[in-house]
Amino acid sequence: MLLTSYNFVIFILACFVLYYLIPKKFQWVLLLAASYVFYFMAGAFYPLFILATSIITYFTAIWIADRTAKDGEYLKTHRAELSREEKKAYRVRSNRVKKGYMLLGLLLCLGILAVFKYADFAVENINALFAAFGSERELEYLDLLLPMGISFYTFQSIGYLLDVYWEKTEAQRNLPKYMLFVSFFPQLIQGPISRYSDLSKTLYEEHSFDWRNVRFGLERVLWGYFKKLVVADTILAAVSVIISDEYYSGAWVLLGIIFYGIELYADFTGGIDITIGVAQVFGVKVQENFIRPYFSKNIVEYWRRWHISMGTWFRDYIFYPMSISKSMNNLTKVCKNRFGKGVAKRVPVYLATMVTWFATGVWHGASWNFIVWGLLNGVIILITGELEPLYVRFREKFPRLTTSVGYKGFQILRTFFLMGCLRMLDCYQDVEMTFRMFISMFRDFDPAVLTLEEFAEFGLNWQQYLVVFAGTVIMFLVSLAGRNGSVREKIAAKPYVVRYGLFVILFLSVILFGSYGVGFDATQFIYNQF
Amino acid sequence: MKIWIRRVVSVLLVIALLLGLQRLVEPKYVTEFKEGGFTAEYYKETMGHEVLMVGDCELYENFSPVTMWQKYGITSYIRGSAQQLTWHSYYLLKEALKRETPDVVVFNVLELIYDEPQREEYNRVTLDRMKWSAEKVGAIRASMTEEEHMLDYIFPLLRYHSRITQLTEEDIEYYAKDTQRTIAGYYMRVDVEPYEEGAWPEEEPEDFTLGDNAMGYLDKIVQLCNDKGIRLLLVKAPSISPIWYDEWEEQIEDYAAENGLDYINFLELVDEIGIDYEEDTYDEGLHMNLSGAEKCADYLGNFLSEEYGLADLREDAATAADWEEKVQFYEEMKAAQYEELEEYGEIVSY
Amino acid sequence: METKEIIREILEDMHSDVDYDTEEGLVTDKVLDSFDLVSLASELADEFGIQITAKEFVEENFNSLAALTAMVDRLMEE
Repeated sequence: MLLTSYNFVIFILACFVLYYLIPKKFQWVLLLAASYVFYFMAGAFYPLFILATSIITYFTAIWIADRTAKDGEYLKTHRAELSREEKKAYRVRSNRVKKGYMLLGLLLCLGILAVFKYADFAVENINALFAAFGSERELEYLDLLLPMGISFYTFQSIGYLLDVYWEKTEAQRNLPKYMLFVSFFPQLIQGPISRYSDLSKTLYEEHSFDWRNVRFGLERVLWGYFKKLVVADTILAAVSVIISDEYYSGAWVLLGIIFYGIELYADFTGGIDITIGVAQVFGVKVQENFIRPYFSKNIVEYWRRWHISMGTWFRDYIFYPMSISKSMNNLTKVCKNRFGKGVAKRVPVYLATMVTWFATGVWHGASWNFIVWGLLNGVIILITGELEPLYVRFREKFPRLTTSVGYKGFQILRTFFLMGCLRMLDCYQDVEMTFRMFISMFRDFDPAVLTLEEFAEFGLNWQQYLVVFAGTVIMFLVSLAGRNGSVREKIAAKPYVVRYGLFVILFLSVILFGSYGVGFDATQFIYNQF
Repeated sequence: MKIWIRRVVSVLLVIALLLGLQRLVEPKYVTEFKEGGFTAEYYKETMGHEVLMVGDCELYENFSPVTMWQKYGITSYIRGSAQQLTWHSYYLLKEALKRETPDVVVFNVLELIYDEPQREEYNRVTLDRMKWSAEKVGAIRASMTEEEHMLDYIFPLLRYHSRITQLTEEDIEYYAKDTQRTIAGYYMRVDVEPYEEGAWPEEEPEDFTLGDNAMGYLDKIVQLCNDKGIRLLLVKAPSISPIWYDEWEEQIEDYAAENGLDYINFLELVDEIGIDYEEDTYDEGLHMNLSGAEKCADYLGNFLSEEYGLADLREDAATAADWEEKVQFYEEMKAAQYEELEEYGEIVSY
Repeated sequence: METKEIIREILEDMHSDVDYDTEEGLVTDKVLDSFDLVSLASELADEFGIQITAKEFVEENFNSLAALTAMVDRLMEE
């Protein structure tokens, strides 16, 4: 069930009405039931896997929490009798047991994910390796259907497990409640990856019908549909043609980067708007996942503002734990003695950054494109860090220039272009082709190839290009307005006619200009035989 | 109180806007895909008919009710549209029988070779303009292809919204009015294009068994007619393409015998009626043109009058007045088509 | 030297333009970025012979010089 299907809209409306009709203490139960129904409709066997992950992390987290409580109690009551060494030894033992539980849960969850997502990628590469060594052996592909949202809910559960392990959050002892946290359906399709400590604040609460809250939620949903249907899905036709054929080289590549940048932004942020809006209608607060990412002035800032929940997940659960780990400390020490302080200081950061970005790449998809994409992100981030002193000096030397609006604009465009180039790996079919197209953009750049006839080839008429253009301008203006405070708050402060008018215009735009349904192909209506 | 008025007005305003836009983007079926307008023309009929004909183009292009009127005083109407399938016919008939009870229902058997919905667009052409009723809902449910959704029928705006970027003058001109495309459901063409073998692609089916779904709806049509005491007559029009295979013929003959129905296969009467495929078809054998349709209607009218004893209503003043108008429209359209043929060498606006 | 002064020195090394006696949002207000935090943790570990685990690696412990000192003292205790 796609976010943009009729069935989803009907499903949401039905849940919404029921939600405020039933006794409030059952509201979260309804959400749980709805989530599993939703997931069942997406694939009959999907609920089994999400249930497995939920149960694994539920129990391991409880075992860990129990152990923590028990050991804390023991140390407290025997405070006087135990020596410092004894206490320390007890702690070490206790930690070892807890670590065992944690690893058990972690590996089981990652195992399920790996089988579904990466087994065939592994088979492909093993077979390639066999072939490279002249072997005729070939492993068989599993051809498993990836359960919807498995990357998101697996990471969300693992985050919870680690939070309990690090005593950053209490364990949830009510299994159905925990299952709801893992499966909360608005975020099953494309995130965000919520934190337990954050989502649990509003997920289980009793919610009274609050018209203002519901209205804000619905406005957000509608805005999401506008981005997704009017902009993203309309331009998609052009994007998919441009990236599929090497014929579109040179200036086309740049155009593809721009179009894909618009498409991805509108699609992804629109989807998240729908998710957050739907959750808000239920009174549940889901964290923001984007903060005007295309206004970023450098790549580090970009990753703080784009797909935030994923970035912070990798930061908190891979980058930090790895870079401050004991073995990393030891490695740093060794390097310090051998190569001096400068190198030693960089070792944890460099190593952890590259591992984190490798993992981020792999998480995005089982392909070399994403691995290269992740690693390149890591490299660019590290280079940016190294160049920082240079930037500082540049800023000191040219204070007037570097604080001007023009320079800011330049930085923003530079970041957009840079991220767009990296994103090419997401578009073209393999790494080789991506690099070829990237080079062609500079070598064969000739804007004269962008003719009107060519644009007509993509299956969009000029009215549709106009729609996309207008939609993009509107998104840009809304982003500009959002820099100083919520746009919806501002609209809510306007007179009724204005805000209702805006709502209606937005609604009609989605209905009329959205790309949904079968479309109207006149030739299909021409009655040619019977 | 005031806030309630405001809310009601706001909602009504949006509904009005939506309906207005819906009308704008709906296909008008005037110059293009005329077949889409056929279903609704039936509602303009003010009097009942002795004969109701349900089926696809093999009826609405091959039989001229005006001829049956002029020669035998039989009143008839063809409820047909493009690739109308058996379940469409069943529901259209059921709907029509709520308004009138004819003496005879004629059903063309070609559509029985389709056991499943064929194309979303043709569903729309047949169903879009059907009035809302239990029959329409039933027809939609029976017709939908896998990708279709009931919502698209309830709110055609959703189905046709993308026409907003493809609007033509027709959409403005016919925003508030409609046109008349048929005469008692008959779609006239006066031009000639002789039959040519192989002009239309033919695909021989692997299995000649007529499907359970289609035959099930034929059973329902039989039942419906029995319940109302209406005689059901099966026909196969004299179109050469698509090929009507002997295997099908046998099954229909058996079915007719089992259910005590008459069945006329016009393909076997070509010589008797005097159909000349050099002269009587306008699209290389697929459909009859006016001269062919008049010949077929003549035979059918004669059969209904002689065998079934249908009354000659030409003496009935009210009926005669009603048909006078139809005949006049018929003659005007005929003249206009010949004029176009003369002027452009082909028919452009019909 | 006191724990506090040693930590202050490490911090001054990173950003000399911050008043560490009054600053209470080293992490929250992004005075220290993630790379700074990692170096800080590793230098503290090195300097005091402690192990800062992910459990301790939270905003509250790193937001001010005082919080850092408290954390280091506690870890040295254990």
